[in-house]
Amino acid sequence: MAHILLRHRDIPDINRLDVYQKNGGFEAFKKAVTAMKPTEVTDVVKASGLRGRGGAGFPTGMKWSFIDNKNWPHYVVANADESEPGTFKDREIMESNPFQFLEGLAIASYAVGATAAYIYLRGEFWQVAAFLDERIADMEKAGLLGDKILGSDYSLKIFTHLGAGAYICGEETALLESIEGKRGQPRIRPPFPPAVGLYGKPTIVNNVETFTNVPPILVNGADWYKSLGTPDSAGVKIFSLSGRVKNPGNYELPFGVTFRKLVYEYGGGIIDDRPIKAIMPAGASSSLIVVDDKALDTPMDYASVRTIGGDLGSASVIVIDDTVSIDWVINKTIHFFKHESCGKCTPCREGNYWMLHMTERIHSGTGTQADVDLLLNVAKQMQGKCLCALGEFATMAVVTGIERFPQDFQKAVKA
Amino acid sequence: MSLAQKYPNEVNQIMAKYPPQHKRSAVMPLLYLAQREEGCVTKSALKDIAQMLEITETDVASIVGFYSLYHDQKAGKYRMQVCTDLPCALRGADRFLEELCGNLGIQVGETTADGLVTVEGVMCLAACDKAPMFQTQGPDGIRYHENMTVDKTLELIEALKKSGREVE
Amino acid sequence: MTKQFTLTIDGVQVTVPEGTLVVDAAKLAGIDIPVFCYHPKMEPAGNCRMCLVEIGRPVLDRASGQAVMENGQPKIQFMPKLETACTNTVSEGMVVLTQTEKARDGQKGTLEFLLTSHPLDCPICDKGGECPLQNLTVEHGPGKSRFLYDEKLHFAKQVPLGELIWLDRERCIQCARCIRFQDEVVGEAVLGFEERGRSTQIISLSEPGFDSVFSGNTTDICPVGALTTADFRFGARPWELSASASICSQCPVGCNTTLNTRREAKAGGGIVVKRVMPRQNEEVNEIWMCDKGRFAHHYAESQQRLVKPSIRQAKASWTDAFELVTKNFESSRSDVVVLASGRLSNEDLFNLKSLADGLGGRSILYTDMGGGDLTALVGVGQGTDLGKLGKGDVLLVVASDLYEEAPIWYLRVKQAADRGATLIVANARATKLERFAKYAIRYANGDELKTIAGLHGDGKIAQEFANAQNAVVFYGGDGLGLGGTTDLAPACAKLLKDTNHIGRANNGLVGVWQRANDQGAWEMGFRPEADLASALKGRVVYIVGADPAGDDPALALALKGAKFIVAQDILETLTTQMADVVLPAQAYTEREGSYTSGERRVQRFYAAVPVRGEAKADFAIAGEIGRRLGLNMENGSARITFDRLAANLKDFAGLDYNKLAEVKPQWPIVGRGDLYYGGTTYENKQGLGVQLSTAAERGETVSLPEVRKDSALRPKEDELLAVPVTKLYDLGATVSSTGLLCQRIGAATISLHPEAAKRLGLEAGMRVALSFDGLGGEALVKIDDTISAGVALVPRSMGLAVREPVSVRVQILAEAKVN
Ligand SMILES: Cc1cc2nc3c(=O)[nH]c(=O)nc-3n(C[C@H](O)[C@H](O)[C@H](O)COP(=O)(O)O)c2cc1C
Ligand code: SF4
Ligand code: FES
Repeated sequence: MAHILLRHRDIPDINRLDVYQKNGGFEAFKKAVTAMKPTEVTDVVKASGLRGRGGAGFPTGMKWSFIDNKNWPHYVVANADESEPGTFKDREIMESNPFQFLEGLAIASYAVGATAAYIYLRGEFWQVAAFLDERIADMEKAGLLGDKILGSDYSLKIFTHLGAGAYICGEETALLESIEGKRGQPRIRPPFPPAVGLYGKPTIVNNVETFTNVPPILVNGADWYKSLGTPDSAGVKIFSLSGRVKNPGNYELPFGVTFRKLVYEYGGGIIDDRPIKAIMPAGASSSLIVVDDKALDTPMDYASVRTIGGDLGSASVIVIDDTVSIDWVINKTIHFFKHESCGKCTPCREGNYWMLHMTERIHSGTGTQADVDLLLNVAKQMQGKCLCALGEFATMAVVTGIERFPQDFQKAVKA
Repeated sequence: MSLAQKYPNEVNQIMAKYPPQHKRSAVMPLLYLAQREEGCVTKSALKDIAQMLEITETDVASIVGFYSLYHDQKAGKYRMQVCTDLPCALRGADRFLEELCGNLGIQVGETTADGLVTVEGVMCLAACDKAPMFQTQGPDGIRYHENMTVDKTLELIEALKKSGREVE
Repeated sequence: MTKQFTLTIDGVQVTVPEGTLVVDAAKLAGIDIPVFCYHPKMEPAGNCRMCLVEIGRPVLDRASGQAVMENGQPKIQFMPKLETACTNTVSEGMVVLTQTEKARDGQKGTLEFLLTSHPLDCPICDKGGECPLQNLTVEHGPGKSRFLYDEKLHFAKQVPLGELIWLDRERCIQCARCIRFQDEVVGEAVLGFEERGRSTQIISLSEPGFDSVFSGNTTDICPVGALTTADFRFGARPWELSASASICSQCPVGCNTTLNTRREAKAGGGIVVKRVMPRQNEEVNEIWMCDKGRFAHHYAESQQRLVKPSIRQAKASWTDAFELVTKNFESSRSDVVVLASGRLSNEDLFNLKSLADGLGGRSILYTDMGGGDLTALVGVGQGTDLGKLGKGDVLLVVASDLYEEAPIWYLRVKQAADRGATLIVANARATKLERFAKYAIRYANGDELKTIAGLHGDGKIAQEFANAQNAVVFYGGDGLGLGGTTDLAPACAKLLKDTNHIGRANNGLVGVWQRANDQGAWEMGFRPEADLASALKGRVVYIVGADPAGDDPALALALKGAKFIVAQDILETLTTQMADVVLPAQAYTEREGSYTSGERRVQRFYAAVPVRGEAKADFAIAGEIGRRLGLNMENGSARITFDRLAANLKDFAGLDYNKLAEVKPQWPIVGRGDLYYGGTTYENKQGLGVQLSTAAERGETVSLPEVRKDSALRPKEDELLAVPVTKLYDLGATVSSTGLLCQRIGAATISLHPEAAKRLGLEAGMRVALSFDGLGGEALVKIDDTISAGVALVPRSMGLAVREPVSVRVQILAEAKVN
């Protein structure tokens, strides 16, 4: 099947405006601004069943419909922070199929009446930002951005904004703080961005991949999109496959494909053909799923993954084989979360600090079973109490790791 | 010399991105600009940016302190930042970093004697399928180097030494 | 009216206005939900996670919007997760549970996390004894740590954030109250966090460090011992301190304070003031005070204190001193001039005025500012509360730098602007308050009256002023002397009268006086004298609470020509050195009395420490002299003096000390039991004071003096006009005898427009000699591009006696130091 999102894999040079336009590019945007009312655009997206690809899977059309029309101006922000360990799909889209993303962003902006949109890229995507700036300039030259676009009354500007090395800025309210020139620390929610967002104004934040889905939906219709994937998870998803597989990389597949198919068919199986041990389906924030046949045959959609004790999240599938001990895995993840905790709320700031001390001790072989018990207890003490989801994420691998792979910890503390 | 004097075009472009009443938003891009030559944000740059954006120096410093890509201390001309996070580590990143440092005769976090490169271990860079990988942060901005080996890296360092610039 | 919601907290029903936070609703119901980051004076941040509770809300039927019933009760749905009481607002029918196992578990968990990273140095911590973290730990905390002590994060302890405030980084719990206070409440973001995660630490990069005159307040609201004042650090333990109510004597705001005292071996077993703390008065200072008020109390303990009367520099007995004074007053009668300042209390000034009147002599107010007669006519009405001003109201601040002159007014005016009030700042230069103004009017020096005249009519600003629900005008002496302010006051009064903004609460004129009780002095009938020097020459002069000789060489000269000088003060000054008789007065910390604030609120202060030496209260001294002269005056009791004063003055009619001591419940609830909530601010149990009514309010006809068309003084071509401005930290006795604040005084300066500087060949940092009016002095050059080219700003009380705008000549002494 031809790619819907990773179209560059089928069409060379689609990252050039002329090539993109020759292949149907900007037809959707044209249709929107010249023939549709903003709310009609939102309705189509709503009907398509598109859910946010940033991790939480929130219905995109519904989010757009929440925009507060009593307070102006509105903003749209593309979340290109892509910092979850194991996630590397947005970068491929922006580097290789940038216009489809930009078109989706422009359509969303039209749908909610925003005249300025920001793309928040993680600071490391320095070159990607420069590349996008050129693409944006191309669009301006072609009259696809700027004043009175395509003869309509609609005007839009798109700007890139670079972060500077902070995972927390992927959290949408921290991201907004960061654009406002502040420390990237999450805000209390509610109010949510569609009510109070950037500069206190109604704002829609979506992931890069989410936006990239929008042009084909508008062109082909909601029903077409819904026909792909599963009832609860419509459409296609880019799965970032990494870890102990032979062929890591991005794979665009309809929701509902099994883990087995992803890992063995697309990923080429495990390095050295070792047995697979665990899967983290949503990057470092995931639960550790014990891999057995049942797990391997579970379809990858939001509802099904939950049945095996995990969340699909951003679908960054990290594969762990039997050469890897789980105490090492959680030491890695806690190292990450301790480094990335913004420090605003107590449980995450303090919890990660102490958890790291314990995972270090356990992993280095100087820990005791009491340390493991305390570690589990501290992780649970954090759960449900943090200001944002980062603190919650940090506990996932720890709790599921200790509870589901106790033997690895017994070994580690005995050594 | 102030940033506005040194880079008038860049500063104007940056300021134009944000609503005039929210010019504080420009603090992050301006900090990158300030860091370009020195490799770190100097005290005078802090003052300069604070004045330009009508915020306090403390405000600016607290931004520098929060984000890991801003530095308040000088290091090597290039920071070579190897991802050693979970997905990369599952593909040998830790070993790569160790061997690289061994070859350069430095510890992680240290700078080569000629002051050219500082090697650091960093968190996930969104290139997990192309480990081992690192980014270089230097006067030419940030660049990715993927599917690396120690040999290829040493070659890159040699080239940097010769040209003084990052060759693409 | 705002909607009211009824909710149930731990079984207690409360009804509160829409928008109330759960934590505040609980407080109103007498239920304490523990908090660290939340503070009732700031926006909720929700970051410490201490206030976790279970919150349930009635399930509403989608179609009807009505509550779904279950067994005759509304069905309540609880969130799966605990919620923060400090960020959730109440809703109708809400059920809050703060004591369930789940809620207590959440609270305990947070407490444990905070403690694991907190040093256990309570025995040497200044906050020990009044520390919310300590108190909560004792109540709910874990008995024992589950973590390895040596894995705690350690930092170098005690780093100064500036001269006044120290930071112990290990104790900080990152609640950000201090940062938010500086940013939100004050509008000076001089504190911030550096790093992130567990490395998050407070920093201040301003120069000097923690550059804000409100810094001390952060030590009150810091819920641990991370921030302490350099003044009080290691000074005493809170439980050793006694508390006496007082009123700050530093400026006309009249902040309510508490003096914490203790017996001290260093003081020979005597009782000394260890610290000054704010005392809640929501209509005056809320729970704040400025650093000058907080730290400038040491002068009362200064070595320069006068403790015994003297006659021609020789120690004397009170009897001899009284005899000599009485003899001279008796023989001179109408030649007696009583020169007194607003540093004195109402009682002192009343007696001094009675004495002058009884002798048929003159009573002169020692001040550089006029207009106090008008504030009695059209001042702000009874019940005025700047804290209530907001949308629809207008505040005009003209010729005043409130930040330097009356910091708490700056704070309150700024916050009114935050709440939506229209702030108009009109001045001849930029001031800190201007940043919050909707309209910043910069006039050229000399255009003050024109500017006010321009606010009449149909200009945009004028319309907004005229149509305001409420309007308050603050006027001061920034760039002006007695003459200029005496002209400005009627102009402002007329503006208020013409726009019908007089005679009621939250409307009227406020003088930004130089001293705490200038308003009281006007009320007692004291008036300034434009030509003071002539008024003193050849007279018998009784100078009380003022140092004219020290302030102005011209006045020193005039005093040399006086017939006889009696000087009454608490400290030795140039004036006391010239006096024939010196009478030692008690400091305000040693006696009781009352002040009248700029908003005309009469407030009592109480004795906190024993009297130094043989000093007597000013009113008692004046009363005794009066009695010896056969006048019917009180010489013993401040209370009785006040009763007499009230019987004599219409505006004070009906007042007595008991009325001034009345209190009513205030919000937020603060005080010793509620430290965790509002900080270490003291609850007000000793009196909120009473605001005087104005003539306009009483319906009396208000006839205002003629408003002059134009002011007399503006720079002439090729002339440099030196104009006075006020600095909070000046060389006045109260600041310079406080070692701490001394460091912030700096050198005398002269500020010039860049063009003026260029014309004169001057650069920033140069040392110059100034000459004006036959006088002179030295100063460092500062450049300020917000002032007009023809003027130079010269700070008051910095050794340069520029009391009125005056032509100045500048000569270079030394080139600028290279930075
Ligand atoms: C700690 C944290 C990190 C996140 N990082 C990202 C990210 O890198 N990219 C992203 O698109 N969403 C990220 N999210 C999710 C965003 O908060 C937000 O839900 C998303 O951008 C919404 O877009 P969507 O509806 O299109 O998914 C993160 C959330 C959290 C709590
Ligand atoms: S959980 Fe708390 S400390 Fe952690 S990132 Fe979110 S707000 Fe910051
Ligand atoms: S989170 Fe509510 S008091 Fe801190």
